[in-house]
Amino acid sequence: MTLLDIQALSVAFPTRRQTFVAVDNADLNVEPGEIHGLVGESGAGKSTIGAAVMGLLERPGRITDGTISLQGDAISGLDRAAMQALRGQRISMIFQDPLTSLNPLFTVREQLTETISTHLDVTDAEANQRAIDLLTRVGIPEPELRIDQYPHQFSGGMRQRVVIALALCSEPEVIIADEPTTALDVSIQAQILDLIKELARERQVGVILITHDMGVIADTTDRVTVMYQGEVVESGPTAQVMGDPKHEYTQSLIAAVPRPTVKMHRFPQVSYGGRETAFAIEDLARNWDKPQVDRAKPLYQIEGLTKRFLKKGSLIPSQRQFMTAVDRVSFDVMQGEVFGIVGESGSGKSTIARMIAGLYRSDGGSIRFDGQETHTLGDDYRRQIQMIFQDPYSSLNPRMRVDQIIAEPAKHHGILAGQALKDRVDELLDRVGLGKEAGLKFAHEFSGGQRQRISIARALATQPRFLICDEPTSALDVSIQAQILNILKDLQEHLNLTMLFISHDLPVVRQMCDRVMVMRNGQLVELQETEALFAKPQQPYTQELLSLMPRLDALKAAPSV
Amino acid sequence: MIRMQVWWQSDVMWSFRHSPVALGSFIVVAVLLLGAVFAPLIAPHDPFNPATLNLMNGFTAPGAPNAFTGETFILGTDDQGRDVFSTILYGMRISLFVGFAAVALGMLIGITAGLVAGYRGGWTETIIMRVADVQLTFPAILVAMLIFGIAKGFTPVEYRNEMAIWVLIIAIGLSDWVQFARVVRGATLVEKQKEYVQAAQLIGRSGFAIMLRHILPNVMSPVLVIATISLALAIIAEATLSFLGVGAPPTQPSLGTLIRIGQGFLFSGEWWILFFPACTLLALALSVNLLGDWLRDALNPKLR
Repeated sequence: MTLLDIQALSVAFPTRRQTFVAVDNADLNVEPGEIHGLVGESGAGKSTIGAAVMGLLERPGRITDGTISLQGDAISGLDRAAMQALRGQRISMIFQDPLTSLNPLFTVREQLTETISTHLDVTDAEANQRAIDLLTRVGIPEPELRIDQYPHQFSGGMRQRVVIALALCSEPEVIIADEPTTALDVSIQAQILDLIKELARERQVGVILITHDMGVIADTTDRVTVMYQGEVVESGPTAQVMGDPKHEYTQSLIAAVPRPTVKMHRFPQVSYGGRETAFAIEDLARNWDKPQVDRAKPLYQIEGLTKRFLKKGSLIPSQRQFMTAVDRVSFDVMQGEVFGIVGESGSGKSTIARMIAGLYRSDGGSIRFDGQETHTLGDDYRRQIQMIFQDPYSSLNPRMRVDQIIAEPAKHHGILAGQALKDRVDELLDRVGLGKEAGLKFAHEFSGGQRQRISIARALATQPRFLICDEPTSALDVSIQAQILNILKDLQEHLNLTMLFISHDLPVVRQMCDRVMVMRNGQLVELQETEALFAKPQQPYTQELLSLMPRLDALKAAPSV
Repeated sequence: MIRMQVWWQSDVMWSFRHSPVALGSFIVVAVLLLGAVFAPLIAPHDPFNPATLNLMNGFTAPGAPNAFTGETFILGTDDQGRDVFSTILYGMRISLFVGFAAVALGMLIGITAGLVAGYRGGWTETIIMRVADVQLTFPAILVAMLIFGIAKGFTPVEYRNEMAIWVLIIAIGLSDWVQFARVVRGATLVEKQKEYVQAAQLIGRSGFAIMLRHILPNVMSPVLVIATISLALAIIAEATLSFLGVGAPPTQPSLGTLIRIGQGFLFSGEWWILFFPACTLLALALSVNLLGDWLRDALNPKLR
């Protein structure tokens, strides 16, 4: 019998303006021991399905049609009390952020035993034993010792293991994992996914794995369901869907995933739904004072760069404690190149970018721009550099109109004023494919990808020589990521820009960068030409990082562009 | 025109139109405000013009006629024959003026202190926020009386009555800035982390420009809520001070002064001299407060 059977499910969120249909007529079923992937871009309705199964739909959302049945019993019409008994007992959930899904005020033992004794009829001693067994099973070393620790004493990966142990407390039949590895580094992501795979096999648990990451789907799942704007567009065994996608949307989605193996000139874009908007770089290049570029000469010479953050303050200088975020790093950035920095979270890559941008003051070493110390240059230097930030939702001031946002840098540096400034803003808006009417709106009226275009327009307003991109696409969907990366590539080529590109995503780095620097714990691990680094990594850490890249061999080969 | 429509259709306005409490208190506040602003046009008598007063009209009960002209005193008269309805209208002018001005002063000081403390951090923040903490340990009334007492010592006797109103404003404003500073500092700490602030720092905008242009507009919604509730508190504080005799002088009576005058006659049967000013104060403070409560809920997306 099918373990979890969802038939013709529709979920709607009535608001005062209109009713938003989040899930429309979706079918999905999960067998025991199977991992069923649910993939789609943000807003596709995948998390809503998970919440509907758990009975955790946020008001005013409700199931308008269809049935959800567990082992043949319908659960979609149950009242709150019955649902609560079911939840945690027969169905449990693993959330995205292990930091917020554990209660910071209770030890792991308290959280585990409480869950166990709520759902199972056991004595305290048995509950304790079971808790330790579970921790052992999810791979936490020295469980007897660590069980009495608080969540903050565990690292991110270990915390997510605890969350998984918590989900297993009551021997559930179905686990819903909503983006379980999105908040984790690649090295930990692989371990967690392996653990989920093992547990599913071993305990015959059905798992719904919700993710936007095609690599995770290809590596982990048995079957996959692809969603687009609330509708299921394709469903089937993973190898079949990934290798030979039938639906046009799936095809373009798979094509848009950056490949780790081959270098391509441009990123293939998701064409489905007709949302491709042109970006006319060539026109922009025509009236642009292109800097002369000599690729043999360095634009930046960075030596012994160090940054320490205060960990524990004190009045007495000798009592202060510091955390070294960047430790004596030296490198050059050549004129006209795209220089990549790769590393896991906390490796110091963003700190370096912020020191170059002048947002942080360095605690040692020097940054030379065209041979001169940057901190002696002031506004003259700032005019020549610009930055594109990671989060398009916080990098634009919500209370300023888009045209004001874009005009601000040029206005501040006194490059343009009055009508000339207005013309420049209109031109930039046209060039990034938004049209000049967009200038009169506010940032919240745009989607993530459009906001990132506004960010790019702002960065270009002063005609900079150097552009810092700090994880410019990690908050975006795969299809939009391709658009933004193509824009950045074009910019770099046509406008002779030098670029610092920071990312944790190795396939993207491979496509974008000329040279790559690998960082770990604030130190430089390896600095190489991109192709050489990917072909023959010298350092063990680089080799490990490369081995953890998602294996996309199963995916249909991308059409060459 | 389109802007007006967008505003009218916005979530806040929608919640306003669908909240009977908000609508009701808005109407009360609007009527009282208009009454105060147009007092010279509405009021049947000018309570400050001794020529129109006649002691023979003293203690006229509500609804009774003027002994000379036959006009009705709808809310009665006080001991000197002043029309209570007119004095309330003129009294509200003083009360509301002091209230608005004191809140504006408190906002100005509080927002500046909060922005600077939140944005600069370090020693600046420590000093500003400790001063705020110390300020909070004194009851507002005590601070106001202290300032009032000091100011009284410095002003020549002949200016004392004119100074009284301004001293009131400064006294209430100074005891009011702390909550603005705290809220603005908290919100600034959150906004400071956002990347749009870094983008402005990157192009070299000064700290002053970033605070004023980028952070301030984004921390205004909680300030608006506090300002509304503070207005009610400031009106009450003014009334309290005036009631205690350290506020508005009898020649320029505010609602508080009227209540102080009225309470002397309460036990001799002339209840209306106290009752009507007190009711007005109650209605004003209560409806402003309810508006503030509604605004807090309407601007909080979590409660929507």
